[in-house]
Amino acid sequence: MDILIVLEDSNGKIHRMGLESIVGAQKMAEELGLSIGALVMGANVDLLAEEASGLNVGEVLKVENELLSTYSADGYAETVKQVIEQENPTYVIFGHTYQVRDYAPKVSAKLMKPFIVDNVSVTTNGGNSVFTKLMFNGKLFSDVTPTGDGPYLISFQSAAFSSEKADVGSAPVRDCTVNLDVSMIRTESEEPFQEEAGGIDLTSADIIVSVGRGIGKEGNIPLAKELAQALGGELASSRPVVDAGWLPAAHQIGSSGQSVSPKMYLALGISGAIQHVVGMKGSKNIVAINKDPEAPIFEIADYGVVGDVLEIIPKLTEGIQ
Amino acid sequence: MKIAVLVKQVPGTESPLPIQSNQNWVDEGAVAYVMNESDNYALEEALQIREANDEGEVVAVSLGPDRSQKVIREALAKGADRGIHIQLDTAGMIDPLVTASYFADTFKDENFDLIFTGLQSDDLGMGQTGIILGELLGMSTASMAMATEVGGGKIKVKRELEAGWFQWVSLSLPASVSIQSGLNVPRYPSLKGIMGAKKKEIKVVTPSVANQSQSVEKVYVPQSDKQTVMIEGSVEQIVGKLVETFRNEIKVL
Ligand SMILES: Cc1cc2nc3c(=O)[nH]c(=O)nc-3n(C[C@H](O)[C@H](O)[C@H](O)COP(=O)(O)OP(=O)(O)OC[C@H]3O[C@@H](n4cnc5c(N)ncnc54)[C@H](O)[C@@H]3O)c2cc1C
Ligand SMILES: Nc1ncnc2c1ncn2[C@@H]1O[C@H](COP(=O)(O)O)[C@@H](O)[C@H]1O
Repeated sequence: MDILIVLEDSNGKIHRMGLESIVGAQKMAEELGLSIGALVMGANVDLLAEEASGLNVGEVLKVENELLSTYSADGYAETVKQVIEQENPTYVIFGHTYQVRDYAPKVSAKLMKPFIVDNVSVTTNGGNSVFTKLMFNGKLFSDVTPTGDGPYLISFQSAAFSSEKADVGSAPVRDCTVNLDVSMIRTESEEPFQEEAGGIDLTSADIIVSVGRGIGKEGNIPLAKELAQALGGELASSRPVVDAGWLPAAHQIGSSGQSVSPKMYLALGISGAIQHVVGMKGSKNIVAINKDPEAPIFEIADYGVVGDVLEIIPKLTEGIQ
Repeated sequence: MKIAVLVKQVPGTESPLPIQSNQNWVDEGAVAYVMNESDNYALEEALQIREANDEGEVVAVSLGPDRSQKVIREALAKGADRGIHIQLDTAGMIDPLVTASYFADTFKDENFDLIFTGLQSDDLGMGQTGIILGELLGMSTASMAMATEVGGGKIKVKRELEAGWFQWVSLSLPASVSIQSGLNVPRYPSLKGIMGAKKKEIKVVTPSVANQSQSVEKVYVPQSDKQTVMIEGSVEQIVGKLVETFRNEIKVL
């Protein structure tokens, strides 16, 4: 096979970003005339194999191994490396999940082959794939190509492709064996857990007023709180605001916080980095106030104001009252 | 406990980023540089571990052109014991395999117990350098630490998973761990620290240039097809138009 897609378990289902990356792989396969195989492993390997065989991939490779029933970076990296060596694909495709972030760089190092990460799209130029990714915290795009011989490891960013387009098919399932030994796994992991949400459920809010680092300091948070109250909405924030201790973690929107889709999301002094945007881009109306006219948040905003939030917020609260 | 912290100099969040006329990279002369955000947290975590154990060494290491010494000095002023500067022009250099290999060569005889990196550089956003480096040096690795506990020849790391989930993972030493922002409160350098930093050693190494396995063809400003209604005017006019938009367009008032 030419393109190997590595799928991830998400409670017995294929991780959404894996399905999305299949769509990316299908695009590459079509443009370059390549064949696709999908790799499944882990605790729910049978369920994943069954789901994957219903997708438009040439075949499904199933690795069953006791040592993979709980995730470890060592075990997963070694498995993917061995499958690559056995199957010899040119491209190995992942969704850019937190798990992939954790182990795929090890595969890159084991093989000394590039891992081109977090791409938003792929195009074909003279028979070669060109990958586009965001750099400089979302402010610039960059077209990247692998150099030298494959395999090339590639990951796609969340929502780079729509998973609804993962066409239906009927792929045969093939068992694949890897050699793992318990001594290879140098980590011990405990059960995943969630921290107390602190009683804040932003997912059902109709109106969200969200503050970013542009709010300047902790002492300015009440300004935003008053605006949220005047609008009858909830207060939320980007990560740096939580990191600085200005608001509790339960307020964080984004890939490591809550995902929301309110009727109105008012982004105050938020630059619009992808890890924030994935948590709020489903909002019906995005209104952004930022002093930088080139802030990436304006690319997804329905309404934009270039201005100083500290000047605008108090007057806006007044205007609403 | 001997800890290396990788500190990278990157454009600040509010720095201009003009693109060079050949479109290959940004014009670095116009950029305002700072220490990478998550590296600040990595440094603080290392300093706290050393202070709690009352022994050991924290070594701040940066790879880049001469200007990178500024972030090493900053780390020394905050309490790192010594610095290593891997001197190299990094404009347009994006391959983490190459970057990590330079660090691995430099660290061959150092025998670090721990390597801390930020989880991701704010310019390249590769999220790989520390993990590749750990692998190259035969260390165990973990990413996105939101807490660490060192003891008994191990480091226990609270890893951040997706959507607000976490997991404790225990790693045998030596280990390379990437640090997520927010796990501690990075200190500011004291005046004494700044003075003391001038006397601390920064070793400069100059590696020979290796071939990249991925390269940049072009950088450019993203264009979106979304129609954004820009609301302009004086502050009073903007506020008036926003209230009207909330009431009549979005219908939330
Ligand atoms: C794995 C990973 C997970 C992450 N998870 C999350 C997550 O869940 N949620 C999240 O938010 N981030 C997350 N991040 C961080 C993310 O990459 C960005 O760093 C973060 O979203 C930036 O927050 P910000 O926009 O508030 O700050 P900045 O990027 O610093 O932007 C501040 C903005 O405020 C503007 N500004 C400054 N002053 C003013 C003023 N007076 N008036 C108006 N505008 C002003 C500036 O122009 C700038 O655009 C994650 C990162 C990684 C690597
Ligand atoms: N040139 C560099 N100098 C110092 N540290 C670096 C360099 N490149 C990467 N790092 C470290 O590796 C981390 C991850 O970077 P990256 O893999 O580029 O996202 C950064 O947060 C730094 O700690």
